[in-house]
Amino acid sequence: MTKDLIGLSPSRRAVLKGAGAGLLTAGFVAPVWAQAAPIKLGFQLHRTGIGAAYGRWYERTAQAALKVVNDAGGINGRPVEIVFEDDATDPKRGAEVVEKLVSQAGCDVIFGPLFSHVVIGTAPRAAELKVPYLVCSEGYHVASGMLNRWTMQPGITDVRAQVSSMAPWVMANLGKKVTMVFPDYAFGHDHRDFFSAAVQAGGGEVIAQIAIPPTETSFTRYLPQIPADTEVLYHVMVGPAVLTFVKELGEFYGTGARPQIFGFIDSLEAVDTASPGLEFLEGTHFWEGHNRVKQADASADETAYRAAVGVDDNGASVSDAKDVSTYAHMFSVWETLHVIKAGMEASGYQSPADRQKFVEAVEAMTSMPASLAHVQGDKMFNGKTHQVFGHQFISKVEGGKLMRVHTTSLEDGMYPDGVDYTTQSF
Amino acid sequence: MGTPPLSFGPFLFLALLEGTVMAAVLALTAVGLSLVFGVMRVVNVAHGEFFMLGAVLAWFVTYYLPLPPALGWIAALIIAPLLVAGIAALADVLVLKRLKYDPEATIVATIGLLYILQQAALTFYGPDARPVPAPFDLRLQFPWFGYSGYKLFVVVAAAALLGGVWALMTHTKAGLIMRATQVDTEVARAFGINTDRVYTATFALGAALAAVAAVLIVPIQQAHYLMGGDPLLLAFIVVIIGGLGSLRGTVVAALIIGLSDGVISMFFSPTLAKIIATLLVALVLVFRPQGLFGARA
Amino acid sequence: MTDGAKSWALHLGLIVALFAAQFFLPQYHATNLARIMVLAVFAMGYNIAFGYTGLLSLGHALFFAAGMYGMGLPIWQLEWPALPALIMGLVAGGGVAAAVGVLALRTTGVSFMIVTLMFAQAGYLTILYFNTYSGGDEGFVVDRAGRMIGGMDLAADTPRYLAALGLFAVAMLGCLVLVRSPFGRVMVAMRENEERSRMLGYNPFAVKLTALVVSGIYAGAAGAAYGLLFGYVGASFAQIQYSILPLLYVLLGGAGTVIGPFLGAAAMFYLIDIASSYTSAYFFVVGAALVALVVFAPKGMLGTLRDRGLKWLP
Repeated sequence: MTKDLIGLSPSRRAVLKGAGAGLLTAGFVAPVWAQAAPIKLGFQLHRTGIGAAYGRWYERTAQAALKVVNDAGGINGRPVEIVFEDDATDPKRGAEVVEKLVSQAGCDVIFGPLFSHVVIGTAPRAAELKVPYLVCSEGYHVASGMLNRWTMQPGITDVRAQVSSMAPWVMANLGKKVTMVFPDYAFGHDHRDFFSAAVQAGGGEVIAQIAIPPTETSFTRYLPQIPADTEVLYHVMVGPAVLTFVKELGEFYGTGARPQIFGFIDSLEAVDTASPGLEFLEGTHFWEGHNRVKQADASADETAYRAAVGVDDNGASVSDAKDVSTYAHMFSVWETLHVIKAGMEASGYQSPADRQKFVEAVEAMTSMPASLAHVQGDKMFNGKTHQVFGHQFISKVEGGKLMRVHTTSLEDGMYPDGVDYTTQSF
Repeated sequence: MGTPPLSFGPFLFLALLEGTVMAAVLALTAVGLSLVFGVMRVVNVAHGEFFMLGAVLAWFVTYYLPLPPALGWIAALIIAPLLVAGIAALADVLVLKRLKYDPEATIVATIGLLYILQQAALTFYGPDARPVPAPFDLRLQFPWFGYSGYKLFVVVAAAALLGGVWALMTHTKAGLIMRATQVDTEVARAFGINTDRVYTATFALGAALAAVAAVLIVPIQQAHYLMGGDPLLLAFIVVIIGGLGSLRGTVVAALIIGLSDGVISMFFSPTLAKIIATLLVALVLVFRPQGLFGARA
Repeated sequence: MTDGAKSWALHLGLIVALFAAQFFLPQYHATNLARIMVLAVFAMGYNIAFGYTGLLSLGHALFFAAGMYGMGLPIWQLEWPALPALIMGLVAGGGVAAAVGVLALRTTGVSFMIVTLMFAQAGYLTILYFNTYSGGDEGFVVDRAGRMIGGMDLAADTPRYLAALGLFAVAMLGCLVLVRSPFGRVMVAMRENEERSRMLGYNPFAVKLTALVVSGIYAGAAGAAYGLLFGYVGASFAQIQYSILPLLYVLLGGAGTVIGPFLGAAAMFYLIDIASSYTSAYFFVVGAALVALVVFAPKGMLGTLRDRGLKWLP
């Protein structure tokens, strides 16, 4: 089990021994909490494997949120610690890791995973162990009813809601004839299905769908398949090859006529928008789950969050301006930890025997007002589908920076319930 | 469905361009493996990691040396292969030699090496994919679409490099010694060749070639610590299809696979095209197990 | 004791020890052991092809995945009960191995490695291509209701452990009987000298195909059991690393030994598990351990023991 001391080199692991840095001296816990056993949160972390670029920032965000929670008195008067365990972004190891965190480290709840296949591969074991499993994955797998009573997504809006809420603005402002480029696997298919449906419902038309195999490292040969009468090119790619994709798109169109371009920031998470070869993104639009570049109207909470996580006004690490964060997603870790705190306090959580009460307390949540705990903005939680709904942002690249031009309403992304988990047994 | 932007001719032209670039990339990644495979009969599972190391070192060199892009890139082209060759030579002396190049033990050992190198890259370089600037910025504008001039440079460089390896193997004493070792190690030793040293040199040269390939290719991809997996698979396929140790076979196989992959994907959905291309490779081997140019099984 | 008696005592003793282990092992390690036993069945199957018959395949992930999907898809799409689905998994593993074998066994050596690798890669991409029916890369959950065999809830710890042990015991004893049978000796003869066995009147193709199909059935059984016991079916199990893992288990434990694959699987599992407790760079530890192992014990754990005196080890 890997353990990190706050404030020490983040590349080394440490037990985040409860106390905030102020209370923590030379590695022993401040006397205030000497008697109270800590609440242990298990973090299923993509430290290695394909998700590692996200995992590193998820870990940093979790540590920052932990410090804030502990500085404010912990949970139910007890200090909190997080035990991080690497799942190698693999579903098989993911299930083993949850086992290890619960059975061996004695964690009270598990949270943190992003990649859908890890979530789906782990959820059955979490249910068997009867441990709350709070995912930060933006997948539609929770609200679709595929998982179980113990698995919840209270920290980030799912992809179905994200893309549905984007469609009206895209059609009203960019064009009605859309060509979609997406990875040929489940995440891309969610985009394909839900965005196409929303475009049709809005009177537009998806004229071509270009699915790119996950093993691809070069994309130029797919670009001729983009129809000439395309008004909007919608792109979403993930993985280490995304930068290549965007660069090749630029080479292909060059300075000639091109359609409007609308992308999901997933294509450029952890990538500097000012990288060489990306100049052509100027004037194109992106979905952002959370604005990477600090906007003029940023709240005090937003400023505090950036400082706590160690991110500058451009969304890069304060210690290395080239180290760009996964800003549009990682807030989910921060918010999920605060939901855990709220849920444990509402249920009077004392020990693993109260896990069921904790799940019921989270299910009872509804409105989550914007605050330091919900730094991305206010949200509405649907206890039946275990899914939260938040605002989405559309940003335009201006001078190499992502500037927000539109904010969706919560209602824009809502859809009929696909499941009622509260009727399922524990 | 909307109107496609390109009529069939330009579309095919682009597919052929992309196919040629892919063939160059394949040939580049495969040539080092082919050499090691041919001379030493060793399956080096860590070959892809030498490729990755080359790309990652290229990032370090271009990022930290205060040089203009072209010079920085040239510096990387010299420094990265030397460092990678050093690591490979060390691995050969410390590990592979002690295993007496036993095929199965070598596989496990190079899997171990793969883990070590990947972890080293993750620890010291990090999990992000990072761009390495191309030595020059040239965009060719055809009547129908634009294309990266650097990609065409990669094709030329690949041809030059392969020509160089061919000349080394056929026209120099070092090449003669390597070929002698390849044909019969015992006899080579009887003639006073220090085969131990030949093996170390070959292994280092193979790794250096992987690193050179990486420095050439990394400006059109990115440096990432997991990038070694795909080149390894592709390089294996090219080497086997081409026939063990046959440089000419390696080139022809790279062309066939690169071009067919580009053209097949014009007619089928991309994932289906990949399935078909993969099965074709398998079937070529099934019905011609010695590869296209191999003399023996 | 005769060598045969010693060998039976050892293997039956292992089964008894594993049965007893569930009563005093902490839950975490008991579940790990259940996983290891299923993976060991996969590795034993690999060992039948590689360790005994000399077929170095890099495509066993395909057989494992065939078993897993052969079990999972009927439950998910057709709502089959678990037992017939499990059998379907075995059949799928053996069937796919037979189809691959008929083609791939025309080749030998490195060509055989690459052909099996290519077929497995095509299989992986096929799972992605038919994502509407297969769940694609995300995979799918095997419903808890679908994981009941004869009133045994395989999602509960004790039945799961017993099911894994049952499968492991049958597979291990089956392997022991196979390698001690005349056919087992022919397999080894094929590994040692194919030409000579051909001259002695054996048909190498038939022998190797039979070994590969048995190997595929083992892999399929393991894949089906893994999906059923742990409730998830996904394309990641069809990826290349699941072809390399059984090779690694076998080489670690000792190729051509009956218990070797189990020891190898257990060692590899705990190597990662324990190393990750001490350092984030645990792959470095794993890599170094593999290198050290081949340098100092190139025949694997049991292979080395067999060389150092325990000659009766099967």
